[in-house]
Amino acid sequence: MSDTTATHDDNGHDHHIVSVKAYGMVISALFFLMFLTVFMAFVDLGSLNPFIALAIAVSKAVLIVLIFMNVWFSTRLTQIFVAGGFFWLLILFGMIIIDFVSRAMVTNPQAWE
Amino acid sequence: MAHASDSLVAHHFEDIDQQNESAVLGMWLFLAQEILFFGGLFAAYFVYRVKYPDAWAAASSELDIYLGGFNTVVLLVSSFTMAVSVNAAQTGKQQRLMMGMLVTLALGLTFVVVKFFEYKAKWDHGMIPGSGFVYHSTTGDYFAGVNPDQIQLFFCLYFVMTGMHALHMIIGAGLLLWLLALGYNGHFGPHRFMKVELFGFYWHFVDIVWVFLFPMLYLIDRSWMLQG
Amino acid sequence: MHTIAEAQRSAVFPEVNYLSARHTVASWLFTVDHKRIAMLYLVTISIMFALGGSFAALIRLELLTPAGDLLDSDTYNKVFTLHGVIMIFFFLIPSVPATIGNFLIPLMIGCKDLAFPRINLLSYYLYLLGATFAIIVLVRGGVDTGWTFYTPYSSTYAQTEVFYATMAAFAAGFSSILTGLNFIVTIHKMRAPGMSWFRMPLFVWAHYATSLIQILGTPVVAITLVLLATERIWGVGIFNPNIGGDPVLFQHLFWFYSHPAVYVMILPGMGVISEVITCFSRKRIFGYTFVAFSSLAIAVIGFLVWGHHMYVSGQSVFAGIVFSFITFLVAVPSAIKVFNWTATLYKGEITFEAPMIYAFGFMGLFLVGGLTGILLGSMGADVHFHDTYFVVAHFHYVMVGGMVMAFMCGLHFWWPKMTGRMYNETLGQISGILVFVGFNLTFMPQFLVGYLGMPRRYHVYSEEWQMLNVMSTLGATILGLGYILPAIYFPWSLFKGAPAGDNPWDAKGLEWETTSPPPTFNFDEENMPVVTEEAYAYVIERNTLGAR
Ligand SMILES: [Cu+2]
Repeated sequence: MSDTTATHDDNGHDHHIVSVKAYGMVISALFFLMFLTVFMAFVDLGSLNPFIALAIAVSKAVLIVLIFMNVWFSTRLTQIFVAGGFFWLLILFGMIIIDFVSRAMVTNPQAWE
Repeated sequence: MAHASDSLVAHHFEDIDQQNESAVLGMWLFLAQEILFFGGLFAAYFVYRVKYPDAWAAASSELDIYLGGFNTVVLLVSSFTMAVSVNAAQTGKQQRLMMGMLVTLALGLTFVVVKFFEYKAKWDHGMIPGSGFVYHSTTGDYFAGVNPDQIQLFFCLYFVMTGMHALHMIIGAGLLLWLLALGYNGHFGPHRFMKVELFGFYWHFVDIVWVFLFPMLYLIDRSWMLQG
Repeated sequence: MHTIAEAQRSAVFPEVNYLSARHTVASWLFTVDHKRIAMLYLVTISIMFALGGSFAALIRLELLTPAGDLLDSDTYNKVFTLHGVIMIFFFLIPSVPATIGNFLIPLMIGCKDLAFPRINLLSYYLYLLGATFAIIVLVRGGVDTGWTFYTPYSSTYAQTEVFYATMAAFAAGFSSILTGLNFIVTIHKMRAPGMSWFRMPLFVWAHYATSLIQILGTPVVAITLVLLATERIWGVGIFNPNIGGDPVLFQHLFWFYSHPAVYVMILPGMGVISEVITCFSRKRIFGYTFVAFSSLAIAVIGFLVWGHHMYVSGQSVFAGIVFSFITFLVAVPSAIKVFNWTATLYKGEITFEAPMIYAFGFMGLFLVGGLTGILLGSMGADVHFHDTYFVVAHFHYVMVGGMVMAFMCGLHFWWPKMTGRMYNETLGQISGILVFVGFNLTFMPQFLVGYLGMPRRYHVYSEEWQMLNVMSTLGATILGLGYILPAIYFPWSLFKGAPAGDNPWDAKGLEWETTSPPPTFNFDEENMPVVTEEAYAYVIERNTLGAR
């Protein structure tokens, strides 16, 4: 992240300022990923499609969180809470999906195999 | 959370660092809350997408990919202009800060207006959930045989998800107006930019929600468009 | 050893304090002082508690006889629903955090206010907005879905005020989120010099864990209620089976918050007990770090068990097994706390002031509530117990026997600090004993009648269960008396109570080092506290042990 500068203001406060150039690079990457995800929707890859779309969306989100929202340069504490928020989302999804996926196993014993 | 007085540091804080760090942490906790708030909707989306993959693909194809794509561009650019505004605030470039926020506001409003016309088209086609819901396929017989009830289920989620997102956009636009008014009155300076920075977090978060909504709602399966 | 009388002999009421700072009504309604906001909350939640309690009284009165002679079925449905909604969303969830926690956290960690005083006030008004919606529900004829708002009944069939009820819970939810947000930031960023994480009172640790749940859990139920409300408006929605929706999904989303919400209710209570037990046994808490981390463990593991409410809902058996197993796990950190409190008592110099009587009550009742929770968490047993009075008794043991006891315990313990006045100690002790006896008499029979198969949420029942129900109603009368007493002697003490002095219990902790009541910015501003010792540095004066 050499495009960024850390400045000390008069209060002795360490505030990272991300340069406009870095923001420019991120927005370019976001546009590339956006066109990629639109393109992929036109290609029929069967059950792979949703995973590709999700992977692209996650990478876009990560870029926005880390650079646009300065989390890359934030304190460890902030990073933990950001990660925690997303992790809790996975708990919500994961435990609900366990139920809906395994219901089929009971009503349809063949699904176990 | 600057005090009403001229002092940059509120009475109950020791110094500006403590105040700023508290504000950043507080904002992130608020956003963690927002993640889970939208998370409930996404959980419902995933459950039904797994359950009804065909209906989901068919219903997704009823959405206007051009307007959706246009709005995605608008929102990404607005995130960029907001990031530039934050940079301008931090480096004390007042003119650029005002311009940046103004452009961001204009883009945000554009998004909402486009969204309104998308909703209106659905209204005109009778695709609002409720007793009058009708499903006329516009995709030919590519998705023949899907259950129209499940299409309606998709649209229930579509309207709540995009509606919640649009509501956040509108609230964001209101906050931007307030920040612009503050900036117009010379409120911001090289040591006084936390409000802009924190608002930036919020705006980017709303952008992230759309980053997921766009492929999940509009782009489930578009291969039929090439065959038509 | 200090006695109350000894500490108070020289006590005078401080002239400068947060209560006397200003006297106008506006100075209360627009205050950003966390102590005044805590008092506003205290008054409001007491009113809501009385309201919820009167519904409980109606229920018990109706159940005196097996026939439905006092209320008809529809009214009964509304009464138990309003009892649940008001007690859970408007009393139990904000009870300790919004009142005692709001008042004490800045005092305990040695700062002048919470990090965001205005957000604190906003949180109070959101609570008030929610309470107003609850009153609107009441005035417009009530709601009959049960506090759980299960779909599809709530979304499709109920003819009552479901919409306003969801708005009430929604607003109260955001009030709770903002309180939690404020606490976490304050605890992270505002601690006094020397107040390291492991010198913090366990009350603060408990509130930190609670706040995590409030922030990460509440928004999910909020959006779920939005989905329910839109479904009422459209007449069709994502929980509607007619269009392929799954009502069980509602239960998943609802319990993702509402099981952890049980810990929002009980964790702050556990924090109160940790403070009171140490003070009145004059000992440092046994296993400080274990108690501290068990709070966090409860908060985290508590998020993984919600499916134990759904064993008979159509949830898959496999998911049930997973949830059941993790439910057993979450009992471990709770047990750690009870063991450590017991070990703290061991060889302590125990005295039985009113707060301590409540604390003992808490330990016994919470133990029963927790252990029957394990029983209900086992999937096989729950199929039998589900929706019987056994469940009702279990969660009342945890919420009333646990949280309300802890709330009363904390209120008695810190009342001198909050108001600067002593309440009548004898009456306090009597009320503590009344509550304990009345509570057990109310809910122990409900375990039995539930075990025998009496279902919850019915106003008529078979005659063989009448004896146990009469006992329960008798107990509820005694319980009510135990709650009415404090409602008299607390307000009375405001005018007639003896000045408390800075530290009437001779307790440890920063909150006892400032005046009672504290000044607006909590401490002498020229001389803000610096912490140099661990929490609970109590010393037993050994020689007094043999003398007594
Ligand atoms: Cu539970």
